[in-house]
Amino acid sequence: MTVQLDAPAERASSPGGPRQRHLPGEEGLWVFIMGDLLMFGVFFGVLVVSRAKDVAVFAEAQAHLHVELGLLNTVLLLTGSWFVARGMQALKARSPRRTRWFVAALATAVAFASVKVLEYSLLISDGQTPADNDFFMYYFVFTGIHLAHLVIGAVFLTVLVTIARRPQLTVGRFRLAECGAVYWHMVDMLWLVLFPLLYVVR
Amino acid sequence: MSRIDLLFGALVGATVLTWLVGVESSASHTVAGVAVLAIGFIKLRLVGIHFMELGNAPVVLRSIFEAYAAVAFLVLTILYIGV
Repeated sequence: MTVQLDAPAERASSPGGPRQRHLPGEEGLWVFIMGDLLMFGVFFGVLVVSRAKDVAVFAEAQAHLHVELGLLNTVLLLTGSWFVARGMQALKARSPRRTRWFVAALATAVAFASVKVLEYSLLISDGQTPADNDFFMYYFVFTGIHLAHLVIGAVFLTVLVTIARRPQLTVGRFRLAECGAVYWHMVDMLWLVLFPLLYVVR
Repeated sequence: MSRIDLLFGALVGATVLTWLVGVESSASHTVAGVAVLAIGFIKLRLVGIHFMELGNAPVVLRSIFEAYAAVAFLVLTILYIGV
């Protein structure tokens, strides 16, 4: 069965009609997403509380981070999210350019991971390891967990590329594409708070 | 230029603002820290509402997300300033 591609968007904006709400992806995915957001919420709290207990050690350790690389990665993830949002619009519209948006998003994922590996190697070669102090323990663990999320997100983006390349878009494939897009945006959202907490807040 | 494009521009602008407020400014660490956290959560909310399309999601889901963003920001701010 081929999906009515633009039906949700059309219903949502139909003049005079009641606003039709639409759940992107699957219910089960949203349970996972909310659980993940809660888990990272705890991570954020642990960071702030630990910093308060040892402000001087955290400030000294934080000075070793490469803020410009963290900033670059933030822009890369935002760009990736933008590409995915544009890709979903193009997918619904069956635009011939739909695949390239997801390929471009996949490139931002690879770029983010490359910058992160560079950052880890710079820190470790500079003598900063998770065993040094609480700050670097949290830094490596939390950014490592986020990086694992990004790798899963990259797999989803590969699925999105595959779906976009298919001539037919079924309801099932469209829903899977929505799941991939939602997951990718969650990876972006988590970094949007992790970045300031680790790199900027003093 | 679509709404999504404008939002992307605003998000990148907010990221630059994070840098200016948190790294370059001479504001007190506490004021800058709270401002940077606020910018981070505003960005998180914008990504959720517009990119994730939660703005058009069922009210319950959108409300849970809005509550998460507000409560997480509030709790982190209280923990940060040590009230």
